[in-house]
Amino acid sequence: MSRRRVMAIVRKELRDYRHNRYMLVTMAVVPLVFLLQPLIAVLRLPAEAAVPLRHQHELLYMLGIPALAPAVISASSIVTERQLGTLEPMLTTPIRRREFVLAKALAPLLPAVVVSYLVYGLFVVLLELFAHAGVAPALLQGSVILAQLVFTPLLALWGIWVGLAISTWVSDVRAAQQLSVLGSLPLVALTTMISLNVVHATLGLALGCGAALLVIDRLGGRVVSAMFDRERLIAGGR
Amino acid sequence: MSTRRSVALSANNLSKQFGSRVAFDDLSFEIEAGEVFGFLGPNGAGKTTTVRTLGTLIAPSAGEATVAGIPLTRDNGIEIRRRIAIMPESPGLYPRLTVAENLECFADLYEVADPPGRIDRALGAVQMADRAHDPCGTLSKGLRQRVALARALLSDPEVLFLDEPTAGLDPVASREVHDLIAELGRGGVTIFLTTHRLEEAERLCDRVAILSTTLRTIGPPAELRDRLFSKSLVVRTRTPLKEPRAVFDRLPGVDGWRSGPDGEYLLDVSDGRVAAPEVTRALVAAEADVLSIAEAQHSLEDVYLQMIDTAEARS
Repeated sequence: MSRRRVMAIVRKELRDYRHNRYMLVTMAVVPLVFLLQPLIAVLRLPAEAAVPLRHQHELLYMLGIPALAPAVISASSIVTERQLGTLEPMLTTPIRRREFVLAKALAPLLPAVVVSYLVYGLFVVLLELFAHAGVAPALLQGSVILAQLVFTPLLALWGIWVGLAISTWVSDVRAAQQLSVLGSLPLVALTTMISLNVVHATLGLALGCGAALLVIDRLGGRVVSAMFDRERLIAGGR
Repeated sequence: MSTRRSVALSANNLSKQFGSRVAFDDLSFEIEAGEVFGFLGPNGAGKTTTVRTLGTLIAPSAGEATVAGIPLTRDNGIEIRRRIAIMPESPGLYPRLTVAENLECFADLYEVADPPGRIDRALGAVQMADRAHDPCGTLSKGLRQRVALARALLSDPEVLFLDEPTAGLDPVASREVHDLIAELGRGGVTIFLTTHRLEEAERLCDRVAILSTTLRTIGPPAELRDRLFSKSLVVRTRTPLKEPRAVFDRLPGVDGWRSGPDGEYLLDVSDGRVAAPEVTRALVAAEADVLSIAEAQHSLEDVYLQMIDTAEARS
């Protein structure tokens, strides 16, 4: 595994994101949607609601950001290279399949995690500044903050593997993006149900989900590498 | 006597099929190090698939090959790709990145030493040093093609595959690319050039192969012309000869002849240098007003069309 080759692609992808309006919009709109809904709901709460809030996990709703945004971005990653004709020159270099897939996963992971943490930080700041007395301390529980920090990269990686798997398989960018949203929906649904208290967040559930995501994220790279068939991607076919 | 150089590229009964469709079949050839080798053929003949196969992007269905002296196997893919570069027909540049950023990415992928220096040299070679900070999406097709060529030069490849390098370029840009290819060839780089442009192959290539799924012929352009077409002399006189049979029949070195329009005669000869003086003397003796005596030139295009027509007739 060559670190230099991996970083060459990561740098290239990050430079490309900076100039890609679609990426910037995705990176802005998805977090905004997941920020505004809980923010409006929480800022409207009266001070009396603080006590029952201790049993709610409103903030986990924002885990939808790492579950969704990187999936949509990574879904267009390989299929766009095929359409632009950039994949063939890339694959004629000495890069290994695993290096290529790892780089394609790392590139969206970094901005996704950073943006998720920033949005979360912004939420906390706005909560402290504008929420009624008692609401912020009730919501900002240590376990929830920890869950947010730990699950953000785990969910982002899940979304990325789903996106990359789709991107290696389909030959149309829009189809890839739509399928990636569908692929991320189960996790977005789970985090939403937890935040709405439909599914009760317990330590056992957190540990179970964390372990499952760790295993899936570890296997995801291997599965995508196996799906990455140079010949099919270059010579055509689906 | 010339000393035999090492073989840079070889194929032995190499074939590729996609399902039931045969892309190319039973290719066998050897290319010496430093040779500029032209690979000609109509659309769908299998040229690009051959390049992709030799470039380790596609696995062959049958046969063997060596690329840059390394056997073409699944395990040797990376080692082969370190020593070759492929410039595909489409430049395949990242349009939102600058020229330098595109090249920087590939310099790192090839793990070259001193990437900035190497990028400067590659851009200098294609006269693009002043456009290093332009986004590739703003460049004309010709300039993008030049950047793609610079990218292929970054790793100082032993074998350089060029797939239609001048497709869509204007004559001036084509000439510049031709000059660069010729210079690379002189510098010892083995070049595998696929092209539709026969004058390009004729001008640049030491040898050419004509492919139409199978290899139709292979050899230096001049040798192919000689092999396929009998040599002939074209004689032009101011007025038609009164008795051409008396002039050309039984003339030493002339195997046959036929009349053309307006005092033109086409003479089949085995060796133009032997026949031309005899023909001149005979014409002077016949008091003909000779305008010109010249060897008829068959182009590589004639060879190409002859081979492709034969292939189509057979199929």
